[in-house]
Amino acid sequence: MNIDRTKTKSIRAAYGKALVELGKINENIVVLDADLACSTQTAIFGKEFPERFFNMGIAEQDMMTTAAGLASQGKIPFASTFAMFATGRTYDQIRNSICYPQFNVKIVATHGGITVGEDGASHQALEDVALMRNLPNMTVIVPADCKECEEAIKYAASHQGPMYIRIARTNVPDIFDESYKFDLKAKVLRQGKDVTIVTNGETLAEVIECANILENSGIEAQILHIPVVKPLDNDTILEQTKKTNFVVTVENHSIIGGLGSALSEILSENMPTFVYRIGINDEFGQSGEQRQLMEFYGLTAEKLAQKIEKKLREIK
Amino acid sequence: MDRDEIKRLENICKQNRCEIIKMIHCAQSGHPGGGLSATDILTVLYEKSMKNFPEWDKSPSHNERDRFVLSKGHASATLYAVLAQRGYFSKDELMSFRRLGSRLQGHPNTHIPGVEVPTGSLGQGLSMACGIAMALKLDKNPANVFVLLGDGELQEGSCWEAFMHAPHRRLNNLTAIIDRNHLQIDGTVEQIKDINPLDAKLKAFNWNVIEIDGHDVVAIYEACENAKKSDKPTAIIANTVKGKGVSFMENQCGWHGKAPCDADCQLALAELA
Repeated sequence: MNIDRTKTKSIRAAYGKALVELGKINENIVVLDADLACSTQTAIFGKEFPERFFNMGIAEQDMMTTAAGLASQGKIPFASTFAMFATGRTYDQIRNSICYPQFNVKIVATHGGITVGEDGASHQALEDVALMRNLPNMTVIVPADCKECEEAIKYAASHQGPMYIRIARTNVPDIFDESYKFDLKAKVLRQGKDVTIVTNGETLAEVIECANILENSGIEAQILHIPVVKPLDNDTILEQTKKTNFVVTVENHSIIGGLGSALSEILSENMPTFVYRIGINDEFGQSGEQRQLMEFYGLTAEKLAQKIEKKLREIK
Repeated sequence: MDRDEIKRLENICKQNRCEIIKMIHCAQSGHPGGGLSATDILTVLYEKSMKNFPEWDKSPSHNERDRFVLSKGHASATLYAVLAQRGYFSKDELMSFRRLGSRLQGHPNTHIPGVEVPTGSLGQGLSMACGIAMALKLDKNPANVFVLLGDGELQEGSCWEAFMHAPHRRLNNLTAIIDRNHLQIDGTVEQIKDINPLDAKLKAFNWNVIEIDGHDVVAIYEACENAKKSDKPTAIIANTVKGKGVSFMENQCGWHGKAPCDADCQLALAELA
C-alpha cells in the first residue's frame, strides 16, 4: 500500500460537499457555525440552503445549546467550528444539553491537532478527543481521508444520537477508494507479526508509509485503523492485537486521554500488552508550518519508524 | 379575567405551593426559595397561557403545544408540582422527588413527561429555547416558546449570547420570563454582581420588555398574551419575592437550597392553608 502525496485534497471541502448532498435529501438537516463557515466549509451548505443555515456569530456556547434546542424538535443539527472552540469552551453545554438527553446533534470540528499550523498553541486542539470520549452517549469519530469523512458524515445523519467528528485542517492524500463504506468497526489495513500500529485521522497516511519503511528494516507491522474512538470495537482490537506482543498508538492529539489511552484501557484490562503511545506529549503546541510541526513532534512516517524501531530494540 | 377565574388560579397556586413544601420536606433536599417565587408564573403558564396537553406525546397531533423551558432548573419542584396538577403524571409520584431511581430528578431531564429539554446547569435554557423557536419557524408551526430564567442566572454570559441572538432572528414566538427575586445563594444580586439596569439592558438588546408583579395572576396572564402578539421576542421582568407565601422563607437567602424540618414544614403548610 502506497500513499500518493502529489494528490492531496481538503477533508474540510469533503465535509462541506457531503453536507450539501445530505441537505438535498433530508430537509431536517440544519447547519450551525460560529463565524468560521469559510474555514469549516459549512458555507457551501449555507449558500445552497440559506434558510437552514445559521451563522451563530462568535458564540460557541450559544451555538451548541441552540443546536440542542433544534434537535429537541426533530431537527438534525450539524454544528461546526474549530476543535479548540467546539469542545473545551462548550464542554458543559455538550455534556448537559446534548449528551444527557441524547439529542441528535452532530458536532463536526475542524482544525483538530497540531497541524493547525501557524496559529499556534491557542488554536491547536490536542485534548478534544479526550474531552468528548468521556461523555456518556457520545460517539467519537476521527476520519482519515476525504472518502471516509464523507461516509462518516452520511453515517452521522442517518444514526440517532450525539456525535463528535474531528477532522484536520490538512489536505490529505486518498487512502480509501470509492467502494469504502463507513461503520463502527476497526479496520485491519495491513497484516504483520512484529508490531500492531493503531491510528486514525491524518496520521493514518504516515503510519502506512511508516510500515513500508519498517518493512525495509525487516519489521512486519500490522496496521489497525480505528476511526471510531467511541464506542470502541473491542472484539476486533483484542483479536488483532493478540497477534503481536507490541502495540503502538499514533495520534495527532495528546497522548493523554485520546486513542492511546483508549487502547491502553482495553488492553490492560483484557490482555496485558506493551503499549507505546506516540502523539503530542503532555505539552502545548506552537506555531510552524504543518509539515515542520509533524516533523518536530515526531509524527511523520520517518520519525515514527525510528521511534518504533528503537522501542522494539529496547523491549526485546 | 373574571373573579372566579382569578380565584381558581390563585387556589391552584396555593395547592402547588403546598406540594412544593411537602416534596422538599419529604426529600429533605431541594430549593424552596426560588421554587416559591416562580410558582405563580408557572401555574398561570400551564393553567391558562400555554396551549398544553397533559397526555404528553410528541406525536404530530400535539405539535401545536406551546413549549416551555425551565432555565432555572433548580425550581424543579415547582415544575413537577405544576405538571402533576395538570395531570402529566400522578401526584403520588411527587413524593419520590430527588430519590434514587425516581423520574423526578433533582433537576429536570427529558424522561419526565412535559419536559422538552434538560436544565440545571445555568445559562443554557434561553439558547435551547431559541433553538426550539427556530425549529418551529422552520416548520411554520405557530406554537409559542416560554422560558423561565432566574435573575442571578443572568450573570452567566451565555444568557447574553442568546439575548443577542433572539432579536437578530426575529424570534417573536419566544418569551423569556425573568424571575426577579433579587436573591442568589451568597447574597443579593445587587451585592454579588449587579445586573441593573435590567430593563434598559434588555431594551438595548432589542427585546419587547414588560415589567410586572410576578405574583399577580392577571398581570402574568396579560403579559403573556401581550407577548404572543409582539413582533419582537418578549422579555417579562416578573418582580417576585423569594420564598413567597411562607413568611419565614420570604426574602431569605438561607432558604435558597435548604429543606424545611418537620416543624417548619407544618408551619409553612399552616400558613398556606
